[in-house]
Amino acid sequence: MIIRKRLTAGVCVLLATLAAGLGTALPAAADEPSAAASPKVELVLDVSGSMRTRDMGGESRISAAKQAFNDVLDAVPEEVQLGIRTLGADYPGDDRKVGCKDTKQLYPVGPLDRTEAKTAVATLAPTGWTPIGPALLGAADDLDGGDSTRRIVLITDGEDTCGPLDPCEVARDIAARGIHLVIDTLGLVPDAKIRQQLTCIAEATGGTYTAVQNTDELSGRVKQLVDRAAEPVVTPVATEGAGSCASAPELQAGLYTDRQEIGKHRWYRVNVLPGQELRASVSVAADRAVDNDYGILLRAVTAHGREIVRGAESGTGRTDAISTGLRYPKPEQDDADVSDSDVKPAAEAVCLQLGNSFSAPASVKTTPGMPVELTIDLVDAPDESADVAAFGLGRGWWLLGVMVLTGLIAGLLFGWISRWRVAVWRTN
Amino acid sequence: MRTTRRNTLRRGGVGALLAAVTLLTSAGAAVADDPSPSASADGGTAGPTEAGTTFRTATAIQQGQKATAEASTGDYLYWAFPADAGQRPTVRAKVSLPESSTRHGASTWQIDVYDGLRRRQACMYGHQTRKAAPDAGTVELSCVLRTVRAWSEPWASDPLPGSYYVRLTVVGLAEEDLGLPVHVETQADSADQGGAADVDGALAEPVVPGASAVSAKGGSAPAATEPEDGWSSGWWTSRWLWTVGGGVLAALAGVFGYGLTRGNGRPSRVPPGV
Repeated sequence: MIIRKRLTAGVCVLLATLAAGLGTALPAAADEPSAAASPKVELVLDVSGSMRTRDMGGESRISAAKQAFNDVLDAVPEEVQLGIRTLGADYPGDDRKVGCKDTKQLYPVGPLDRTEAKTAVATLAPTGWTPIGPALLGAADDLDGGDSTRRIVLITDGEDTCGPLDPCEVARDIAARGIHLVIDTLGLVPDAKIRQQLTCIAEATGGTYTAVQNTDELSGRVKQLVDRAAEPVVTPVATEGAGSCASAPELQAGLYTDRQEIGKHRWYRVNVLPGQELRASVSVAADRAVDNDYGILLRAVTAHGREIVRGAESGTGRTDAISTGLRYPKPEQDDADVSDSDVKPAAEAVCLQLGNSFSAPASVKTTPGMPVELTIDLVDAPDESADVAAFGLGRGWWLLGVMVLTGLIAGLLFGWISRWRVAVWRTN
Repeated sequence: MRTTRRNTLRRGGVGALLAAVTLLTSAGAAVADDPSPSASADGGTAGPTEAGTTFRTATAIQQGQKATAEASTGDYLYWAFPADAGQRPTVRAKVSLPESSTRHGASTWQIDVYDGLRRRQACMYGHQTRKAAPDAGTVELSCVLRTVRAWSEPWASDPLPGSYYVRLTVVGLAEEDLGLPVHVETQADSADQGGAADVDGALAEPVVPGASAVSAKGGSAPAATEPEDGWSSGWWTSRWLWTVGGGVLAALAGVFGYGLTRGNGRPSRVPPGV
């Protein structure tokens, strides 16, 4: 029966492929997302006093940045809503309190008027402090609203000395709002403290850090990041796993995000019909400094607590995320059960338990938890395997040898038997 | 004897559905002209020039395509390619490092391959992790996966038909070298393992993430998606030829054996004309 099913499927696929040229057998897989919200990007530029320094190939840092901005503004894809925010642009004084609030939106996030934006950029002059934390908070507010992807590109030449607001913590809090915001950082100075701060910000939000050495690199990288924001991606749905299976949220097929604290379990629940296969994959991002060895465990458990299948992964060393997955094909119900009633077969509630074995130095904050990405798919169950080899068919010279030998022996036996019978018939 | 599964399928399909092909000549031509992805030369056709930075944003490539990307040292770069049953994929990556004068020490690079369920897949052999000397210009990495099976038990982590993610990153470096620009090239090819790897059973859908959500939401699958000439239907295997051939040989041997017991032609003692 399996064979017949597969043969039919094969012929169908073949027909479909021929009919559509090289048409896709998997429908809609290549379709563009319909009416996706336009992605938002905010460029955050440091205009602090130190940007005057002339070390970008003879140019001052600010003029390199301005030139790069002009290039980028010319090349921004149509669908991207772009805004610009500055930090340290206005207050030249020594009062730390005032200086550390000095961030403002230079150009609002929205459809881009290139000339206007360029004029605004041209007016900038290096002035004040470097309040990165407040600037990031401001940028996150600028990008608020809608369901699009968001990106902040931070360009700076100095570390945030404003305190007590650690920009890295700010970035992690912004990421924990669940608004799919990524912060990419570009450092103009190869300095250990700046690098540490900027990599921390990038890591906390799943962004990247780049050390920029000249104007070309700067404009090239910013262009690349803006283009990256324009790439259509599926936006995940936020969910919150529970502490036990009974109270776990019920998930349909789809893409979900959650947060998980170090060493704590999360439970989710999926209803699987007979004849369906559950596919779950999960990744936990290491968005902060964690110890060198780590792992995760994803278990599919029945409502009564019996483990069905598990996926586990452990790792060591530098990583952005650790991931694992599992499959659970639920067999079709027996025909006898189905035929006597028209009742739809009951779905089985499968509980998914996600645990991690990350650990972190005591100085690292554990809340908010680490970002979790969970993919749930429900597809038809596979054709079970009845034999090791395909359809139980044979292969190889041994098979041919055995078959030839068997044929030969059968032929000889048959020949002798018939000769003997003829001989017996003649003598009678 | 080792005909590739898809080629034979294609030939068989064209033969069996000759009428359909004659009607749809363009389709027939397209099917016939399309090069098999595993057949392309080492150089590969030019692929995407960007790489994704997470599983979700992984850049889709086809086997045989050479994907390139400009990146910063320390970035995690992701690509996704489809692999079908019977193939044994090999992933190669080449990292062109920044000028050695700007670097401060050796760096260690690594590629990891994950299947469509984001389970890490083992490399049978190849340089999965390699250390670049402080004065090296490039690092070349490779990873040969196990043969992709059409079916496996849910408790096994055998490679299954579907998407495969490639992650390239630096795992060890001098702190000062973070963020420096690098250029990377990645390519996935595969060797066809023939009937020896054909197992019984088949998945209803290849392990492509989001397969079930795609049609419901009308969105694009996160990691596109299928081989250039579609997924194999799973019914063709060269084992059919072996088994049928064996049957034919057995029949011939049977006839031969029967003939041996009969001697050559008519018995000499029977007079002619009887």
